[in-house]
Amino acid sequence: MNRVVITGIGIYSCIGQNVDQVRDSLYAGKSGIGLDPERDVQGFRSSLTGIVPQPALKELLNRRQRIGLAEQGEYAYIATIEALKMAGMDEDFLTNNEVGILYGNDSSAKPVIYAVDQLRLKKDTTLIGSGSIFQSMNSTVTMNLATIFKLKGINMTISAACASGSHAIGLGYTLIKNGLQDQIICGGAQEINYQSMGSFDGLGTFSMRQDSPTEASRPFDKNRDGLIPSGGGATVIIESLESAKKRGANILGEILGYGFSSNGDHISAPNVEGPMRSLQMALDQSNVKANEIEYINAHATSTIAGDLSEGKAILNVFGEKQPYLSSTKSMTGHEMWMAGASEIVYSLLMMHNGFIAPNINLTDPEDELKNLNFAFDVIKKDFNLFLSNSFGFGGTNSSIIVKKFRE
Amino acid sequence: MSMTGTLEREEIIGKINDFLVEEFEVERELISPEANLKETLDLDSLDYVDLVVEVESNFGFKVSPEDFVNIATFQNFYDYVINKVEAEKS
Repeated sequence: MNRVVITGIGIYSCIGQNVDQVRDSLYAGKSGIGLDPERDVQGFRSSLTGIVPQPALKELLNRRQRIGLAEQGEYAYIATIEALKMAGMDEDFLTNNEVGILYGNDSSAKPVIYAVDQLRLKKDTTLIGSGSIFQSMNSTVTMNLATIFKLKGINMTISAACASGSHAIGLGYTLIKNGLQDQIICGGAQEINYQSMGSFDGLGTFSMRQDSPTEASRPFDKNRDGLIPSGGGATVIIESLESAKKRGANILGEILGYGFSSNGDHISAPNVEGPMRSLQMALDQSNVKANEIEYINAHATSTIAGDLSEGKAILNVFGEKQPYLSSTKSMTGHEMWMAGASEIVYSLLMMHNGFIAPNINLTDPEDELKNLNFAFDVIKKDFNLFLSNSFGFGGTNSSIIVKKFRE
Repeated sequence: MSMTGTLEREEIIGKINDFLVEEFEVERELISPEANLKETLDLDSLDYVDLVVEVESNFGFKVSPEDFVNIATFQNFYDYVINKVEAEKS
């Protein structure tokens, strides 16, 4: 079995558009949440959203490369440039090696809506334009990035709701561990436009705390009232230890385990047993005892039911000695398809800069969760081992354990 | 006598050149009446779809894909559009 290491990360999010900006936001506990007035016009219950600027790509990509990219593909592209640069993989390397791509993405609503609107208006399919199909498909991110970067390895999108990005990394890890690939660009991307969020808003899942956007996302807090939709792109380059050493790459961490499970229960309501099984599987696979984990980046999205069930699962699995715990979604909102990948990036940035990011807005934790070891404020701490949880609709769960690299 | 006067022909040609520069990112100095349209714009089969979209959005009619068979140069393209605009008027 190969050891699997991380050699590059890239991020484009509402708390920063590169790793340096994001590191500073995480340390400062800075929120990226704001209001989108268009949502109010369109009849949304809540206008709260992560605020992510559109990247300028005209100087970076030609017309054909640009017109196939949906919004989330643009975010993913910027994050991937940063990650490839950090990993030291240039165009020549990508052209001459079987580098793969596994990216999490589970919607591309805006281009689909645009295409149908055009068709209804023009009554002519040609007038939808040539970029639409490549923007509309669920695999839009991987089909575009694989073309732009001329990738020759595995090429597919992982759709697993809000655990998509985490499963993408986990499945990449599995392929490399088993010797089927040497290097894979993993990650997650999430569109943020209002068109993609209406049906979710309609479920009453989003926070209504519109009078104070930066205080709206408050995972584990008694006064939480829902999640805030957010998005962007996060890339994590993984490769075999042998490949990283051969290339002389800087190793950011080693993936020790990937636990996964399905609740076998309700489509949207979480439970405690499913996440417990993915947590335990990740620990067993990593050959790590629960009390050795130093930090957990929680999935906790600031919903009433979700935070409570995850908190209980963590209490059950980690028992007496609870690792530090925070949900970076308190700052970013819920980055959904992207979250499992971005939260690996956030945790790596913490591990390499000696701090644990705060779970902001957590002033009064749930009574049943008071024994969790929350990072209420930023904690300066060198740590070597973390776990990141991601859960999604349909009861899909993923837990990934990463360790600072040691020979 | 043509219903489309010299001034209007120039306007149509200007409009075409503008969207080719803007949407297809061709350098304006590479555009000349006798230059080959496909080669100059580096058009593939997908790009022709967007050419149809641009013509429709600028002039209000749809180019049939088979009409492109007879369009080799920029001048052929200008003439095709001008004739279509005239036909629409009559």
